[in-house]
Amino acid sequence: MRVRSPKNASLFGSLTGRLRLTRHVAARGLLSLSGIPAPIVGAFSLIGIVFVPIGLASLSASQAIVELVDRYDAECVSASDKVGFIQDTKTDKACTRTITVPKPMKGPVHIYYQLENFYQNHRRYVKSRSDKQLRYKDATNLIKTCEPEGTSADGAPIVPCGLIAWSLFNDTYSFSVNKKAIEVNKKNIAWESDKSSKFGSDVYPKISRKGDSLVAASWMRKCQKLYGRIESDIMASDEITVVIQNNYNTYSFGGTKALVLSTTSWIGGKNNFIGVAYVAIGGICFFLALCFVILHVVKPRTLGDPSYLSWNKESPDHPN
Amino acid sequence: MAHVTRLARSAPSSLLCTVSASLCLTGHIARFSGPGPLLRETADESPARSYGELDAAAEIWRRTAVLVLRPSPSPSRLQFFAKLKAMKRFVYINDESYQNDYCDNRISNTKYTLWNFLPKNLWEQFRFVTLSATKEAWDDYNRYISDRQANEKELWIVKNGSRKHIQAQDIQVGNIVWIRENEEVPCDLVLLGTSEPQGVCHVETAALDGETDLKTRVIPPPCVGLEFDQLHKLKGVIECPVPDKDIRRFDANIHLFPPFIDNDICPLSINNTLLQSCYLRNTEWACGVAVYTGNETKLGMSRGVPEPKLTAMDAMIDKLTGAIFLFQLSLVVVLGSAGNIWKDSEARKQWYVKYDDDEPWYQILVIPLRFELLCSIMIPISIKVSLDFVKSLYAKFIDWDEEMFDLENDTPAHAANTAISEDLGQVEYVLTDKTGTLTENKMIFRRCCIGGTSYGNECGDALKDVELLNAIANGSPHVIKFLTVMTLCNTVIPIKSPNGSISYKAQSQDEDALVNAAANLHMVLVSKNGNIAGRMSVVVLDCQSGKILLLSKGADEAVLPCAYSGQQTKTFVDAVDKYAQLGLRTLCLAWRELESEEYAEWSRLFKEANSALTDREVGVPETIEILRQSGINFWMLTGDKQSTAIQIALLCNLISSEPKGQLLYINGRTEDEVARSLERVILTMRITSSEPKELAFVVDGWALEIILTHYSEAFTELAVLSKTALCCRVTPSQKAQLVKLLKSCDYRTLAIGDGGNDVRMIQQAHIGVGISGREGLQAARAADYSIGKFRFLKRLILVHGRYSYNRTAFLSQYSFYKSLLICFIQIFFSFLSGIAGTSLFNSVSLMAYNVFYTSIPVLTTVLDKDLSEKTVMQNPEILLYCQAGRLLNPSTFAGWFGRSLYHAIVIFLITIHAYSNERSEMEELSMVALSGSIWLQAFVVTLEMNSFTFVQLLAIWGNCIAFYAINFFISSIPSSGMYTIMFRLCKQPAYWITLLLISGVGMGPVLALKYFRYTYRPSAINVLQKAERSRGPMYSLVNLESQLRSDKDTMMVPVATTPVKGKSSVYEPLLSDSPMASRRSLGSSSFDIFQPAHSRTSYPRNIKAN
Repeated sequence: MRVRSPKNASLFGSLTGRLRLTRHVAARGLLSLSGIPAPIVGAFSLIGIVFVPIGLASLSASQAIVELVDRYDAECVSASDKVGFIQDTKTDKACTRTITVPKPMKGPVHIYYQLENFYQNHRRYVKSRSDKQLRYKDATNLIKTCEPEGTSADGAPIVPCGLIAWSLFNDTYSFSVNKKAIEVNKKNIAWESDKSSKFGSDVYPKISRKGDSLVAASWMRKCQKLYGRIESDIMASDEITVVIQNNYNTYSFGGTKALVLSTTSWIGGKNNFIGVAYVAIGGICFFLALCFVILHVVKPRTLGDPSYLSWNKESPDHPN
Repeated sequence: MAHVTRLARSAPSSLLCTVSASLCLTGHIARFSGPGPLLRETADESPARSYGELDAAAEIWRRTAVLVLRPSPSPSRLQFFAKLKAMKRFVYINDESYQNDYCDNRISNTKYTLWNFLPKNLWEQFRFVTLSATKEAWDDYNRYISDRQANEKELWIVKNGSRKHIQAQDIQVGNIVWIRENEEVPCDLVLLGTSEPQGVCHVETAALDGETDLKTRVIPPPCVGLEFDQLHKLKGVIECPVPDKDIRRFDANIHLFPPFIDNDICPLSINNTLLQSCYLRNTEWACGVAVYTGNETKLGMSRGVPEPKLTAMDAMIDKLTGAIFLFQLSLVVVLGSAGNIWKDSEARKQWYVKYDDDEPWYQILVIPLRFELLCSIMIPISIKVSLDFVKSLYAKFIDWDEEMFDLENDTPAHAANTAISEDLGQVEYVLTDKTGTLTENKMIFRRCCIGGTSYGNECGDALKDVELLNAIANGSPHVIKFLTVMTLCNTVIPIKSPNGSISYKAQSQDEDALVNAAANLHMVLVSKNGNIAGRMSVVVLDCQSGKILLLSKGADEAVLPCAYSGQQTKTFVDAVDKYAQLGLRTLCLAWRELESEEYAEWSRLFKEANSALTDREVGVPETIEILRQSGINFWMLTGDKQSTAIQIALLCNLISSEPKGQLLYINGRTEDEVARSLERVILTMRITSSEPKELAFVVDGWALEIILTHYSEAFTELAVLSKTALCCRVTPSQKAQLVKLLKSCDYRTLAIGDGGNDVRMIQQAHIGVGISGREGLQAARAADYSIGKFRFLKRLILVHGRYSYNRTAFLSQYSFYKSLLICFIQIFFSFLSGIAGTSLFNSVSLMAYNVFYTSIPVLTTVLDKDLSEKTVMQNPEILLYCQAGRLLNPSTFAGWFGRSLYHAIVIFLITIHAYSNERSEMEELSMVALSGSIWLQAFVVTLEMNSFTFVQLLAIWGNCIAFYAINFFISSIPSSGMYTIMFRLCKQPAYWITLLLISGVGMGPVLALKYFRYTYRPSAINVLQKAERSRGPMYSLVNLESQLRSDKDTMMVPVATTPVKGKSSVYEPLLSDSPMASRRSLGSSSFDIFQPAHSRTSYPRNIKAN
C-alpha cells in the first residue's frame, strides 16, 4: 500500500512546479504527435529494403538457370519384376532417353543423377567408411569403421571398404546431342582437395572396384551427385539422347532415379527457395513496419512514462 | 563463600541478599588490588586467585583445593577407566609411552581425501548441481595449502626432559608446548606455567569467538610456583572429556605425579586452558600440555563444513533441469521406438544400409541409445561452470564495491558465501537486531543521575557538564563513589603502552565507555589485578580504610528491586524511564559497604550511550524506508526492553506514530492472557488490512515463548499479515526460531546482526548478513555477507542482489536455450536420415559450440545492467520483479523453450532448402546450420542485453569472428572431417545469403514480439528503461504529475507489499505491470483487497489517460 511520499513533490515547491509542468505537458504533446516508434519501424523497413532486392536478384539468377530433369527409373525397366530385373547381372540394361532442350544452355552444363528416397545420411551408411584407408597406402587394414563391409568373404580387407564404396552408384550415361556423340567431362567432379590430400593419389591404383576412381572419390563425399559436365553449349530445341546403363537398384526401396542437366550461376543450382523467401520476408517486414505506424496512430502510447508504474498511481481514497 | 553468605544474612537490606545471590550464581569474587591484607576467604569453584606474595597464593590454593576436593578415584573406579575412556580422555603429561592413543596435531580442513574424492564428490554433485568439481578441488587445494602452512610451523616442545624444535603437526597429546608472546596457540593446551610470577597470562581469543578483548588464563594450583626447569620434568595425568566444540566449558581434573606437590586431584576449567588459534599477549612466554590436538581441538570440532545454502534460483534451475531431463527421456523413448519401427519397416529395404536380418536382441537398444547420446546435450553442462563463474564474480563485485566501503572502520564489504547473491534480490523478510545494527552501538557516557541529581544536558554529553565537573572537584562523596563503581565494576584490562598512556581492553562496549568516561573524569584505572571480575558485582577491599565494598551494576530491572525503597528510588525510576525514552541504554550502579551493619548510603546512577536518531547509524531510516518500498518486510528482534525497542523503531522509521500507524501489543504472563491478546491482534489485523494504516505488532520474549509452543499456527497467520513486527527481550534461540517460522512459510529471509547473540539467527536464515561493527566479529564471521554499516544493506539488496538475480535469470535460461537449439536441430535432422540417430554436427563442433561459441559471449552478462543503479534506488519497488521470481519461472522458461524450438525450425528448414540438390552434403549442411546458430546466438544476446560496454560488444562479435577463425583453422587440417569445407562455403554467395535469411527470419518475430510487449504490455522495468533513455532527469515530475492525475483517476492499483503465500508469478509473467499480480494469493482467502481485477482495469485507464 506504499505510495510515493508527497514529500519529494514538495521539494520542488509551487514555483518551479508550474514551470516544469508546462514544459512537461509540451514535451508529451510533441511525443504523441511525432512519436512514431522510429527504431522499430526503421529496423523493419531496413530489413525490407535489404531483403527484397537480394531476393529479386537471387530469384532472377535462379530463373536464368536452365534445368532439365528426366526421371527414368520406371521407363527403363519394362519387366514387371523390377527388382528381379535389376538384380539379374546378365540382362542388357541399356535404356535410351531423349530430351528436348527448351532454352539454350550455356556450357558447362552439369550432369547430375538424383536419387530419391535414398537415405544417404543414415547413420550406418555415413559412418561406414575409412578415410585413413583411402589416404595412406599402407593403411589397407584400417577397416574397423567399415563394418559391415570391411572384409570380403575370404577375410581380406576390401579397398575401399565400407557401405558407401560398396553401394557405389553404377549407372552410366553416354550423351549425344543431335545424334552426335558428346564427351562428358568427368574430371574435377570430386573436390580438388579430396584428390590431392584427403585421398592420397598413390592409393587410386589399388582401388580394385569397378568404376572410375574419380567417381569413387566423389561418391566418398557421400552425397555428391554430380556425374559429369558437358563443356559445350547446347542450343535451344536440340535433342539430347542419353543411353543409360541402368544398373543401380533403387527399386527394392522404392527410390526414384532421375537425370538432371543444369547450367549454373553465382547462386549455384536452380533453387527458387532463397529468392522467394527473401522477397516474402522483406514484404512481411514492410507490412509490419506499416502496421506499427498504423497502430501508433490508432493507439498512441507514450513510452517510459513513470506514471504507468503501478506504485505511482495514487489512490484518491488513500491520499497519504 | 561462607563469609559472604554470612554477611548477606546479617545485612538488613534486600539489596545485599539479591546481590550476594547473584554472586553465588556467577561465581566470581574478585579482590581489588594493591598491597594490603589478602582476602583469604575467597573461595569458589572456579579458581579465583589472589595475587600478592606467591607463597600466600599457594597457601590459599591448598585451602581452596581442600574446599572443593572431589573424591579421589578409588581402585574400583580405576577399573572402569577402560570403559570411561570412551567418554573421557587421560592425558599423561610428558610421557611418551601414552602418547600414541590420540591423533597428532596435524590439522586438515580439506573435505576430501585422495581416496574418497570421486565417490564423495559425485554424491555432492548429485545433490548440488551448481557446485562444480573443479572449483571444489581448487578451493580444497587452497585449504590444503593453508593447512600445510599451519602444520609446518616450527615451535618448541619438551621431549625427554629437553626442549626440542618441531613442527606443529608433530605435537602429540601429552607434549608440553612452549609459546612465546604474540604466537598462535597450535593446539588446545592446559596451562602449566607462564613468565608472570602470579601465574597468569593473557590471550586474545578473537579467532575463536570474535571477542577482541584480552582474556586472562591462570595456571592450575598444583603447578603454581614451579621453577622453569621443573616444568621440563613434570609428570602427571589430566582427566578431561572427549573432544567437543564447546569453547566455554572444560571440565577436567589434573593430577600430578610425585615428586610434584601431592597426589591431590585438582579441577580444571576453561580458565586454565589455552585454546587453539588464540594468541598469547602481554605475556613473555607460557607453556602447557597438549590435551586436544589436530582436528579434535575445540576449534577443529566447532569448525565443521557448513552445509552449502541453496538459493531459490538454484532450486528453480534444478527443477527446470529435472523437467528438461524428463522431456529428454520421453523424446528418447519416442524417437527410439520410432527409429526401431522405421528400421523394421523401411530400413531393411534400403539394401545399402545392410541391416542383418537376424540380429541379437540388444540391437533394439542401439537406436534409443543413439538418441540418448544426441539428446544428452539438451541439459547444458556448461551452465554449472558458467553459473559458478558468474557467482564468484558477483561476490567479487560486492567485495570491490567502493560505495559499500566503510571508511570509518576501514572495512570493505565481503561476501563470504559466493553462491547466494541471487537470493539477495529475492529477500522478502529482513530480521534485524537492534543493537549495533540499527544503532551504531557506539557507547558514549551521556547522562547520569547520582544520588538524586541529574547531570548531563540536552545536547547530551555528561562529561562536559559543568555541574558534574564541579561536583568532582569538590569531592562530593556520591560522585566519587559513582566514579569508583564506574571504574572498578567491570572486566576491563588496562594496557600501559610504552609512552605511558593507558588504553583499555573491554569485553563490552558499555564497560569501555564507562571506564573511558571515568578516566576523563580523573579516575584512572592504572592497574587491576583482580580481573576475574564478576559480571554483575565485585567485592573490593578499600586498602586505605580497610572497608570491604560490594559494587554492583546491571539493568534497572535487576538492580532496582534490590534497592531501598523510598523517595530517591522513585527519582531513579523516573530518570531511567526518561533516559529510555531518549533512546539511551541505561545501567544502574549500586554499592554498599559489606561490613557495616547499617546501610550507610547508596547510590544509583544511570548512564548510557546515546541511541538518538541523529547520531545513531547514519542512513538507517532512509535504508528502511527504501527497502520497505521495495516490498521487504522488517522484523526487529532485540533483547532490549519494550519501550526502548519501540522508541528505536519509531526513530528508525520502522513504525509510524499514531494516526498513520498503529501498534498492536501481544502481552500477558499466562497462556490464556497471551492467547486472548494474540486473537485480538489477529482480528484487528484482518479488519484493518484494507486501511492504509501501517500496522505492527509488538511481542516480548515471554509471550513469544508461549506463542511458539502453543499457538504457532495463529502466529504464522499473524506473521503473514504483518509487515512489521517488534520482538523484544528475545533470546538468540528465539530469534532463530522466528527465522525458521518465516522460512517454513516459504519466505526468503535475511537476518542481519552484529553480535554473538545474532549468530544463530544469521546461520538459520537464507541469507545471513553480519555487521562488522564494534561488538566483535562473531556475527560477521558466521554470516554470508559482512558489511560495515546497516545502510549498505539497501545497496547490497537493491543493486547487487537485483543485478545478480537478473543476470543469473538470463544466463541460466539462455544456457538452456542454446543447448535445446542445437539439440532440436539434431532431432530434425534425424528425420532426414532415417531416424537412425545420425549426428549432423561433428563432435569437435558440438564441443566447441557449448564451450566457446555460446558460453563466452553470454558470460559478459555479468556486466549487464537493465536499469542504472540510480533508477533502482529511486524506484525500489522494481525489486518486486526479483522477489516474485518474474524473470525465472516455468513461464519465462517456456518462452525460451519456444524460442529455441522456433529458431531450430528456422535454421533447419532454411539450411535444408537452401542447400538442397548438389550442395546437400552433410558436412556443408552441418557448417551452415552451425553458422546459423552462432549468428542467431549473437543476435539473441545482443537483443537481451540492456547496456553495452566495450567488453560485451567484443565478446559477442569477437566470438563470431573467432568462430570463423577456428573453423578456418580446422578446415585447413587435411585429416579433419571438415577439410576445406569452411573455405569453400565462405566463397559461395549463397552461404552468406542463407545466413542473412536465417538471421532475418529468426530474429524478426522475436523483435516484433518484444516491441509489442514493450509498447503495449510494458513491465515496470521497461517503463523505467524507456524513461531512463528518453528523459532521465525528469523523474521528479513523477510525483507532481501523479498528484495532478489522482483527482481524475478513479481506479487505483495499490502496491501490495505484503507478501502472500503462493506467489503466482508463473501465471503472469512480465505481462502485467501490477506487481500485485504476482503477489496475489492463490490460497489465502483473507485477502479480499488483492483482487485480480485491479491489474486488469489498470490498462484501459492508462490508455485513456493518454
